Amino acid sequence: MNTNLVDWAAVKADFPVLQRIIDDQRLVYLDSANTSQKPHAVIDAMADFMRNGYSPISRSAYQLAAEATDLFEAARAKIQKFINAPHVEEIIFTKNATEALNLIAQTWGRENLHTGDIVVLTHMEHHANIVPWQMLAAERNLEIRWIPLTSDGQLDLTNLSSLLTGAKVLSFTAMSNVLGTLTPVAQLCQAAHAAGALAIVDACQYVPHNVTDVQAWGADFAWFSSHKMVGPSGVGVLWGRRELLHAMPPFLGGGNMIGDVRLDGFTCAELPSKFEAGTPAIVEVIGLGAAVDYLSKIGMAHVRQHEMNLTDYALRTLDDRYGTDICIHGPRDIAVRGAVLSFAFRGIHPHDLSQVLDQKNVCIRAGHHCAKPLMKLLGANATARASFYLYNDESDADALADALDSASDIFGL
Amino acid sequence: MPGLEDLYREIILDHYRTPRNRGELETPPAHMAEGHNPLCGDEITIYAQVENGILTDIKVSGQGCSISQSSASMMSQAVKGKSLAEVQALVHRFKVMMSIAEDPEDGPLVEVKLGDLEALQGVVKFPVRIKCAVLSWNTLLQALQEADI
Repeated sequence: MNTNLVDWAAVKADFPVLQRIIDDQRLVYLDSANTSQKPHAVIDAMADFMRNGYSPISRSAYQLAAEATDLFEAARAKIQKFINAPHVEEIIFTKNATEALNLIAQTWGRENLHTGDIVVLTHMEHHANIVPWQMLAAERNLEIRWIPLTSDGQLDLTNLSSLLTGAKVLSFTAMSNVLGTLTPVAQLCQAAHAAGALAIVDACQYVPHNVTDVQAWGADFAWFSSHKMVGPSGVGVLWGRRELLHAMPPFLGGGNMIGDVRLDGFTCAELPSKFEAGTPAIVEVIGLGAAVDYLSKIGMAHVRQHEMNLTDYALRTLDDRYGTDICIHGPRDIAVRGAVLSFAFRGIHPHDLSQVLDQKNVCIRAGHHCAKPLMKLLGANATARASFYLYNDESDADALADALDSASDIFGL
Repeated sequence: MPGLEDLYREIILDHYRTPRNRGELETPPAHMAEGHNPLCGDEITIYAQVENGILTDIKVSGQGCSISQSSASMMSQAVKGKSLAEVQALVHRFKVMMSIAEDPEDGPLVEVKLGDLEALQGVVKFPVRIKCAVLSWNTLLQALQEADI
């Protein structure tokens, strides 16, 4: 694919914070796997709505409210199209991605999982796809099984069918937030269904960087966050198959999620309101809609290709420059990895590394990345992680490589 | 942005490269506590031997960044051989320096000398790293508390 069709310098210029100069140096933002920066289009859409259109949604008759409701529901339709969901009412807005998985565990899970039932996860999951299941496992006495990893950080599917035997759920990430590994989502969904299990996809790292098609995946649920896809924080998205969502009990109770309330009980609203109790993050959802428009205009296939090129460049640059002094985790084949580079460098602790890089305005993450079981597998308490997005370019990879040199100077290595 | 020279003073790097009192003690008689920094995954284990109200020996194990490791190393030197009351006062003094405890205007704390530990003063300019510096100190308190001393 020809990514020259996109003016990537203009894309970078769309993000005002990246124009910021601190101590005479430009900002090199390499922490997008954590959270992404926001373009003018998103900032303006939110500010414009607050200045000129703010109103409650769904429950007032005046024109202002009707306009706001239209904007809000348009965002839902944009998300539906963006991930190719069959039905718009299958898109549920939550407060963040973590809440989306908790919603699944606490509603579908509590309704359907009982003593001895089996939940299958993988060794590369984020805590958000571990702890809610462990909470439910403790309550319901469930068994949790783990798909192991190969030495290059891919899922080891050798014993997949035996791991899935008797399982009710396979819940896994489409892309590791630590290793960058892209998992074979469609294959895993198929294997889960063959075993009679539900397939739940953590799409937090996938949706912002790839063309997403939940129908092609054959998944039952997928969940992701707005703030990693150039949208604002405060919104997560849960997509689920309509039949499943219909059969699930509600999650939070309150306004908006009811059909009727009497002294002796209540009935639930139709989808998606059933799972959207209370006033939602109106401004943020409208901002997310603008984010989807922004990404769609560039084209997610272009974004993916741009990031593959950048990953390839960053891997080659760091290898050429530092050889065995740098250990980059995860697969080397860019066809099966996203633009997330976790690494160890010359024995310098990641915290110290990120501190030194900060002097050059190079922003990376240091820590366990909310994936402590995976860290244990890597034999580390923490790694340094540089992650790239559509607004990064080769000069950012070069800045990372240059800044690493200064870390060696300080620690005398 | 404060300069790195405020953070990575030579004495800190020396303790990081050559940590003092590394190792383990047999428990019991020694008391032991594990500390975790949930932000970064650093883990530290403190072994404390107490005899007749004196912290007679201390060992440190675990992994961490230069700040958490050097702080643990300097702490181990500073508290070894001190009475538990002196240890408590030193912990408090250190926390005052880290801006996470109140500094009484008068009182016995004023007399507590931090010595080499003063080198960690620069950490205050990097608020994210205060947790790193304090980890071993809280873990020591935990070890002494669990010993119910």
